[in-house]
Amino acid sequence: MRKVRDFSLMDLEFILEFSPMYLEAAMLTIRIALIGIVASFITGLFCSIVKYLKIPVLVQFINLYIELSRNTPLLIQLFFLYFGLPKIGILLSSESCAIIGLTFLGGSYMAEALRTGIDQVTKIQTESAFSLGMKKSQVIRYIILPQAFTTSIPALCANMIFLIKETSVFSVVALADLMYVAKDLIGIYYKTDEALLMLVLSYLLLLLPISVICSMVERRMRYAGFGNTGTV
Amino acid sequence: MENHLILETQELSKSYENQKNVLNGINFSIQTGEVVVIVGPSGCGKSTFLRCLNMLEPIDAGVIRLDGKEIHQDFKKAHLIREKVGMVFQSYELFPHRTVLDNIILAPIKVQKRKKEDVTKEAVALLTRVGLFEKKSAYPRQLSGGQKQRVAIVRALIMHPEILLLDEITAALDPEMVREVLQVVLQLAKEGMTMIIVTHEMGFAKAVADRVLFLDQGQVVEEAAPFEFFTYPKSERAKQFLNTFHYEAIEI
Repeated sequence: MRKVRDFSLMDLEFILEFSPMYLEAAMLTIRIALIGIVASFITGLFCSIVKYLKIPVLVQFINLYIELSRNTPLLIQLFFLYFGLPKIGILLSSESCAIIGLTFLGGSYMAEALRTGIDQVTKIQTESAFSLGMKKSQVIRYIILPQAFTTSIPALCANMIFLIKETSVFSVVALADLMYVAKDLIGIYYKTDEALLMLVLSYLLLLLPISVICSMVERRMRYAGFGNTGTV
Repeated sequence: MENHLILETQELSKSYENQKNVLNGINFSIQTGEVVVIVGPSGCGKSTFLRCLNMLEPIDAGVIRLDGKEIHQDFKKAHLIREKVGMVFQSYELFPHRTVLDNIILAPIKVQKRKKEDVTKEAVALLTRVGLFEKKSAYPRQLSGGQKQRVAIVRALIMHPEILLLDEITAALDPEMVREVLQVVLQLAKEGMTMIIVTHEMGFAKAVADRVLFLDQGQVVEEAAPFEFFTYPKSERAKQFLNTFHYEAIEI
């Protein structure tokens, strides 16, 4: 049976002593998540544009990628990168594996979010841009993407939070992230409760502000975007 | 400048997958400074005709010539044609994410590479002319339908098109707003703008047209001066069509 302990019996000294380790791990998590999110967004943007333009062959590849990425867990993707690739002579550092894995996963989610936004720009809206003499590239850049991006913001924000949470599996590729530190401390000191509490708090501290900012941005876009607040 | 032939079509035909002969051998021509109004029952192909002229639809057969040069169905170069052929849509289609002014100056700056100050100056002048100067920083959503449509006309005009296509531009408007939009079009006609107008406003058609084209089932059934067409329509089909606008003609 598991030992039940009173919350007040937490070892505060332990928590204070190892806080810097968590901070360091959090910084690493943030750094990798940030790079991964930006790379995911760029990947998603590329995929959604290719899908919009229906570029032959390339679009099939992208559909394949999206299915593969959305229907396999990040954990398995990381295993493949970290343990599979060395077998064919490609050796990647823990950090590279984490970033590539996160981007591989996030790219498809971002692509689908943007795709929904692009679909909401009506055909006749693009035709009115074409009728002003714009080329396809200009229509995409000045008319479709700005509108698609705005309507996709809630989905993009949700993806961002999802990707940050997914970083918790990075410890399997021996990256010293939050989860890794917690497991380490448990292994060494057997302070399970303290280590896990700090882990939960770290993620909350990391994600809550982002969540709040996201909902603020969403609300702003919904009510103030494109002059919605003005009188008719 | 002397008027000359600017746009013509010969035997223009077009079918959709699920609809044959939307346009069935249309011969048409328009001189500079001329205003041609196209009327006809819905589904007669009048909007499709305008869309073909602006290369928004590929054609199946026939020839379109702009300035004597054939418009080939090469859609990679369609932007070059559309720069000269302006179009205004029934649903306005302003860009919702840009202010009125930014809607207007986008294409001249990006497509024609004109200087921003010059374009802005011209845009402001045009907006003033259509009575919307104070709306230049507003977003489309803050405008009424009639205001949106006037902005859409300005947005097309600033490209200095050789010919302007108006596709049922008042069909989505409340009756009071129809007038403010048509006033702008009448003014343009007076200034010698070449226009092809598709409309259901028969009174307006009478006032603005140099020539009326009656289209039915993808064919030009009748072509005449407005007074002639509206007073003494020759074909049975046109008589029938015009009767639908006279409610006293309906027997109960």
